[in-house]
Amino acid sequence: MIEAPSTVPTAGARLPRGQRLRRGLAENPLMVAGGAVSVLILLVALLAPLLAPFPADAGSATHPFMVLRAPSAQHWFGTDNVGRDVYSRVLYGARISPLIALVVLVLACAIGVPLGIAAGFFGGWVDEAIMRVTDIFLAFPSLLLALALAEVLPPSLITLTIAIAVTWWPWYTRLIRGQAASVAGRPYVESCRALGISRTWIIFRHVLPNSITPLIVQVSLDVGGVILTVSALSFLGLGAQDPTPDWGLMVAEGQNYFMTAWWVVTFPGLAILVTAFAFTLLGDGLRDLMDPKRIFLR
Amino acid sequence: MIVYVARRVALAALVVAGVIILTFVIAHVVPGDPAATWAGPHASAAQVAAARRHLGLDRPPIVQLVSYFGGILTGNWGIAIHTHRPVLSDLAVAAPASLELVTAAMIIALVVAVPLGLVSARWPGRASDQVIRAGSILGVSMPIFWLALILQLVFTQRLHVLPVAGEYSPSLLFTHPLTRITGFSLIDAPLTGNWPMFGSILAHLVLPAVVIAAYPAGLIARMVRAQVLDTVGDAHVQMVRALGFPERAVFGRFAMKLAWNPVLAAIALVFGYSLVNTFLVEAIFDWPGLGSYATAAINTLDTPAILGVTLFIALVYVVVNLVVDIIQAAIDPRITLR
Repeated sequence: MIEAPSTVPTAGARLPRGQRLRRGLAENPLMVAGGAVSVLILLVALLAPLLAPFPADAGSATHPFMVLRAPSAQHWFGTDNVGRDVYSRVLYGARISPLIALVVLVLACAIGVPLGIAAGFFGGWVDEAIMRVTDIFLAFPSLLLALALAEVLPPSLITLTIAIAVTWWPWYTRLIRGQAASVAGRPYVESCRALGISRTWIIFRHVLPNSITPLIVQVSLDVGGVILTVSALSFLGLGAQDPTPDWGLMVAEGQNYFMTAWWVVTFPGLAILVTAFAFTLLGDGLRDLMDPKRIFLR
Repeated sequence: MIVYVARRVALAALVVAGVIILTFVIAHVVPGDPAATWAGPHASAAQVAAARRHLGLDRPPIVQLVSYFGGILTGNWGIAIHTHRPVLSDLAVAAPASLELVTAAMIIALVVAVPLGLVSARWPGRASDQVIRAGSILGVSMPIFWLALILQLVFTQRLHVLPVAGEYSPSLLFTHPLTRITGFSLIDAPLTGNWPMFGSILAHLVLPAVVIAAYPAGLIARMVRAQVLDTVGDAHVQMVRALGFPERAVFGRFAMKLAWNPVLAAIALVFGYSLVNTFLVEAIFDWPGLGSYATAAINTLDTPAILGVTLFIALVYVVVNLVVDIIQAAIDPRITLR
């Protein structure tokens, strides 16, 4: 028997906006779940001092008599090698990687978007110069370059943020350049030019608004990737330093006690996974909702 | 075609030059004063000045860049601080193990992900599709250093089914020592008929390879799904369907055929990405490749070694991408016209 051809659901191109959104959400339960968990993580980050049973343990508190205790009613996720409550530290960790991810993405956009607009809108040698430099940066996997940078700079969260931002902007330059170039060639922009409207006005009124949707989609997809990069560098000792309750660092610190105390590694790592997973589900769903045809590669 | 290949090679050469300049900048401009670091914390001003002359840092930056460039091209990549050996020969020893690991991971990823992507695309929106999509996103969201530790705990400490770490059982070192021919253990062992060694290496390879495969598997499953969904509505695929081919063949043979090209490009990208991921995994499994080397270099703040690994992986990345571009053009000549 021949089945009916299965095609990509088009999410009802001619439906009114609200209805289209509702249908899009209904078709994508994964995105709704990802969004809900993302909001939950942000709430945990905001309310960490209220939620954490032992707020002092997020810092340098030590409890020599409570070292490496298994999870119990008092310490849900057990205690670490200096007796700190792992649950409290995991909750406080929600304030670190997600915040760094936000700063990294803002910085990367601040560098990448203007360059992309310049390359796409002006074309010619400006375009060539910017895109060749971008190619060089894209020739590195971003973790590699961030690692090399973080290694030569003194380890801290600021170093980490800068190192990742420096490696992340070229993706946005390339994305925005494509958008800007396609807008710059359209007849209405041609006519703006013919009317003598200033370049600045054209850029802000036409080029930028047309580039913003794919940018938002890409940025939301990248949150998970940046969080993973942050934790990877912290795990290697190139980011947060003790007593910062960073998830990657907690996994690294727990590694030595792991075979006897599984909880010190398991819960912080699970927090990284859940956070990256939730934000990526959200970004993926947004991408499907806004333009179903694109395929992204980090 | 020749023009296209020449253009791609020229672009790759340009990128390589840029990558070398970038590592030079990181090594020489970013940190405070390499001469002071080299001379040690208690060096006098005169000693630092002498160190600066010794390292050639008193020359104008452009001269330094030229000599750095010359060094890279002639195989002088500097001396690693933690091994006291030339970085390039260290890399030559470490690279085969990592390439084996990443290749094994890619094979695992392809074998798992292509069928899953096809299943996902055949019944889009169904429960199977949702589960596979969630699974593929889980794969790309995995902190692999954590996955490595968890799998190690479960399979070696709790279930005792796989070896904990290393490249092979240490006892084989005495009973069946490995003769090095190519440097690739998985090629050398069968070449010399050393089957116990071969088996032991494979058993040690499983866990790290599965961990490294998480990201590529997630990515490839997503790509296959998207590509197949994209082409399955096309006229020529509909034609195949109208000719009465079973649905299995429509998806597995005809729609998938068109998906291979972008999937190939994705594999090239994630191959480089996975080489970097070995930094996070090899040290945990004590796998003697680039990742373990890089981790040791990070822990000893060994800048020449780190930059050597960085440069090496960037070069592999550029070359793999170049090769894939050319293969793609050979498969699909329309690409050369773009």
